[in-house]
Amino acid sequence: MDLKELYQDIILEHGKSPRNFGKCNGHNHTAKGYNPLCGDKVEVYLKLNNKKNVDEITFEGSGCAISMASTSIMTELVKGKSLEVAKKIIDEFLNMIKSGSAMKTKDLSEDQKTKIMSLSGVKQYPMRVKCATLSWHTLVSALDGNKIEINTEKED
Amino acid sequence: MNIENIKSQFPIFSKKINGKPLVYLDSSNSSQKPISVINRLDNFYKNEFSNIGRSIHSLSVNATNKFDETRVSVKKFINANSKEEIIFTKNATESINLIASTFGQQNIKKGDEILITELEHHSNYVPWHYLRESKGAVIKFAPINDDGDIIIGELEKLISTKTKIIAVTHLSNVTGTIVPVKEIIDIAHKKNIPVLVDGCQSAPHLKIDVKDLDCDFYAISGHKVYGPTGVGILYAKKKWLEQLPPYIGGGGMISEVKKDRISYAQLPEKYEAGTMATAEVVAFNESIKFMESIGIDNLVSHERELTNYALEKLKNINSVNVIGNPKNKAGVISFTIKGVHPHDIATILDEDAVAIRAGHHCCQILHEKLKLTATARASFGIYNTKEDIDILCKAIENCRKVFDLK
Repeated sequence: MDLKELYQDIILEHGKSPRNFGKCNGHNHTAKGYNPLCGDKVEVYLKLNNKKNVDEITFEGSGCAISMASTSIMTELVKGKSLEVAKKIIDEFLNMIKSGSAMKTKDLSEDQKTKIMSLSGVKQYPMRVKCATLSWHTLVSALDGNKIEINTEKED
Repeated sequence: MNIENIKSQFPIFSKKINGKPLVYLDSSNSSQKPISVINRLDNFYKNEFSNIGRSIHSLSVNATNKFDETRVSVKKFINANSKEEIIFTKNATESINLIASTFGQQNIKKGDEILITELEHHSNYVPWHYLRESKGAVIKFAPINDDGDIIIGELEKLISTKTKIIAVTHLSNVTGTIVPVKEIIDIAHKKNIPVLVDGCQSAPHLKIDVKDLDCDFYAISGHKVYGPTGVGILYAKKKWLEQLPPYIGGGGMISEVKKDRISYAQLPEKYEAGTMATAEVVAFNESIKFMESIGIDNLVSHERELTNYALEKLKNINSVNVIGNPKNKAGVISFTIKGVHPHDIATILDEDAVAIRAGHHCCQILHEKLKLTATARASFGIYNTKEDIDILCKAIENCRKVFDLK
């Protein structure tokens, strides 16, 4: 596989300048994620409103280009979505990374789908899958209001 | 010394990775194996296999003798006083656990201090942490300076009347620092404190002389010394092995077993319970022969030349930062590239069949001290050449290209 398929421009660009980075004001849900194999850490901050819509989503952390880009794109796609839709997007993303299935959801624009599909090259690099998925698992934990830190080595 | 000739003894280098010849720069993690070691394993299983020490039949007698021959070779290799001071374990980690557990059981009380350093691999910290949990021991860390050298004066200051043991690495697996362990042992022994040396990294790269060092314990992993996995070595002064309690209990380590009492075997069997990695230990003798055929002085000078060459070349690549600048450095170079995470470096280098390691290399204390979460590491073995370094540098340039670094 060509490295360019993994390190697409959009990934490099998001990796270098991640969107929605930092703590957002008024966040009421947070969760932490940790990959003990490399020491990468991420913390996701959510502001859910009364109707359970994601008003704000930001993150802090450090990691490789794949993990930073994946987290950055995640925050862009989930912002403004309902809890239910957000979970559907997460499920489809995790399936895409694991089995290569396409993103079919109607809740994302074609542009957004293209953007997230740029991460599909990761499935060719089994050692890097966790880089792409850590923040997404962490987001699930934040949405559910779990207090347990996500650990890539303790997934079921 | 003809490196191409040496390299040709390693079958793995005839394989292609991603269609390219393998540039193996992960020997600190584990070394590749020469054909003599592989053949010995193969031949032992095909023609000589038997368990050792328990049977009268010819195969068993031969296997027992061969097993013992490796022990004698190891004794000579590290210049121990007697072969009873050589205990076979699974790896250096198990060797350190053996001492932490038995020494701790006998000599550590609540509030006693164990002195280690900020350079240590997790395998020379976690086993001592168990004593912190079980006995209430206190662990102190001798600090390092920005170059990655242990500050000996500070180490000395941390020694107190409560210090029961000092455990220190001989060679850092991150900065390549060659630690002046002899000096540390001298300091410790003046205060009657025993010293354990983690020789996991040093055994393949330096001349080891336990008599000259006068260390109390020395731990080695066979798989890093061109040997099979599953073979570790614990050297310990005889007085300690006689005095300390046994570690793992079971067959082979007993003298007499009664319903109300058990007595233990003599050394070294007292510490070798259950069936050992027989074939691997037998084959490890070939690893030592391989090291001796090269000559440790030749090996040291070859790796020093490679290290200097690599450091000089890396210095000239923009945005590459080599971690640490110790007074004496072996062939272990950890580095970062500004703007590229080590995991991305490792993936991109792998495309050019350059095998390095990325992460914290089981040294989170050290990385925390250096304010890094991860580094990339190139480490050398006897089979590496200047051409390997050239390919590494080209692959690093490719990283910079992929990430569009100026």
